[in-house]
Amino acid sequence: MIMIKDLKVDLGDFLLRDINLEIERGEYFIILGPTGAGKTVLLEAIAGLYPVLGGEIWIEGREVSGLNPEKRRIGIVYQDQVLFPHLPVEENIAFGLKAMGCPRQEIKPRVDSIAQVLDITHLLRRSPRTLSGGESQKVALARALVTDPAVLLLDEPLSAIDPETRERIQQELAEIHRRLGVTTIHVTHDFEEAIALGHRVTVLNDGQIVQTGIPEDILRQPNSEFIARFALSRNIFAGEVSDVSDDYVSVDIGGVKLMGVTELRGRVHLSLRPEDILISREPLRSTARNSLEGTITDIANRGAVMHITVSVPPDFVCLVTRQAFGELDLGEGAKVWITFKASTIHIF
Amino acid sequence: MTRIRFWKRLDTIEIAFIVLGALIVLFVLIPPLKTIFSCSPDTLWNTLLDEKVYSSILLTIHAALIATIIGLLLGVPLAYVLARHEFRGKRFLEGLIDIPIVMPHSAVGIALLFVFGSNFLMGKFLNSMGIGFVDKLSAVVIAMMFVSIPFLIDSAKEAFKAVDVRLEKVARTLGASPWRSFCRISLPLAWRGIFSGSVLMWARGFSEFGAVYVVAGHVSFFGYHPVAAPILVTELFESPGGLRAAQPLTVLLILICLVVFVVLRTIAYGGAKA
Repeated sequence: MIMIKDLKVDLGDFLLRDINLEIERGEYFIILGPTGAGKTVLLEAIAGLYPVLGGEIWIEGREVSGLNPEKRRIGIVYQDQVLFPHLPVEENIAFGLKAMGCPRQEIKPRVDSIAQVLDITHLLRRSPRTLSGGESQKVALARALVTDPAVLLLDEPLSAIDPETRERIQQELAEIHRRLGVTTIHVTHDFEEAIALGHRVTVLNDGQIVQTGIPEDILRQPNSEFIARFALSRNIFAGEVSDVSDDYVSVDIGGVKLMGVTELRGRVHLSLRPEDILISREPLRSTARNSLEGTITDIANRGAVMHITVSVPPDFVCLVTRQAFGELDLGEGAKVWITFKASTIHIF
Repeated sequence: MTRIRFWKRLDTIEIAFIVLGALIVLFVLIPPLKTIFSCSPDTLWNTLLDEKVYSSILLTIHAALIATIIGLLLGVPLAYVLARHEFRGKRFLEGLIDIPIVMPHSAVGIALLFVFGSNFLMGKFLNSMGIGFVDKLSAVVIAMMFVSIPFLIDSAKEAFKAVDVRLEKVARTLGASPWRSFCRISLPLAWRGIFSGSVLMWARGFSEFGAVYVVAGHVSFFGYHPVAAPILVTELFESPGGLRAAQPLTVLLILICLVVFVVLRTIAYGGAKA
């Protein structure tokens, strides 16, 4: 288990503060946030690479805040792998074992074993300079895992890889974690990556934790406009709860009233994910409480899906598949209906 | 595919720059080449066999080498600190290190006498150790080191800067102590820059005249009283033989510098990828 209490790191022009986290043994934990939020600083503070100004870091029941990085039993993998360029792959992987004084006869079997797990045995004699991004990432993982760390720290490990390889490595990361069960802290700015891999996610912004929870909660129930936007909820509105009935409230968002579910009253924010909105040419017969007529003002091609902006007003961004887009014969200026359930609106 | 000739692909500005660049290359090349080719191999060989000449060259090579080794031991750690850390006064310190480059070299010799001369603290210390300073090998070494150390420190600093600091961080998390991380990661990755700086430092020390002339006009070495080679060149030039008398030793010095420089840089960068 990893426990972080009131952690504070001062970098002069940046302050990481009030960091409190508990990460279970074997958990795949995501630190999510935009560039400059302090994700890497937090990761490196856990690794002992930044001196902490205050607070405590516990790894497996041991207070490590005052320990040097080499005493903390951690493995770190950076975005662009940073393999030792002057050492062949095998030596890269063996580096930690040698540094820790592992008996010579144990080094090769352990290197071979982790290479087998990561399916990189054929790369052992290669120079890091000759590896592809995906191969380098697996070697960096092997190097970090071979010393049997108490925690594996991954700093944006998929950012510098092409999209196709990224998806494969993402699946392999999940598989490696399942097989080895090592506690993993993964830093990313990619919300979809966080959803796909994380057991739990903490969102960091401007050096502070703003929300921690399971990915579904962060996705559906962001606790601030910042998280809602970061979680790719393109439909975020400020409004006021106007009418309250037994089960629903009506929220006025500048002339348009939306039905939602909340205990909150007065000024509120709403977020609505584009994929939760149905778009049709005619009003839909459904139990959904919200049905609004609008005009298409913008169509953005995103490959397999299209982002359609419908002005009611205000503007709602909806998401349709390429196939549905063709079938509905949508175009700019077309009159359409958008429909969504009261429960899909998150009010905060 | 049709290959377009190099010069046809150039803009007028690029052609102008190439012409100007060629002028400076010729300016640098012509004097040493003309000196070298106007001296016969026989003359060179006979000059080299002259006891005064070869002991002078040996003294200069030897002293520059000692200066470079001391420079490596003291300068590389400083270069690492400057490359890795930001601290108050860092720019000032970097400026101080480069002072020898801008100081007139005869003034360097005088300044060194004020510290290492027989009546001053360091001079008394060196005398008590039996090393001495004025007109001794130690004076040649210290003078060479003073004028050439910035070349090594600057080159080593840039080499360490080019090593991704995260490589050291990864090494530390893998269990390496700071010393192990430095010796196994930083130093091997920066060695080309350090080596290149050492070659520059050696070559600069080897060719030093002003400071060495002031502190060690005559040095006792191998039982003779040779002077550093650049000083001997000047002495020969001022002799009745003038330019002709100084020419063979000048050619030898140019050739030694060129050979050492080219060979060592080839060793350093021969296997390096761009």
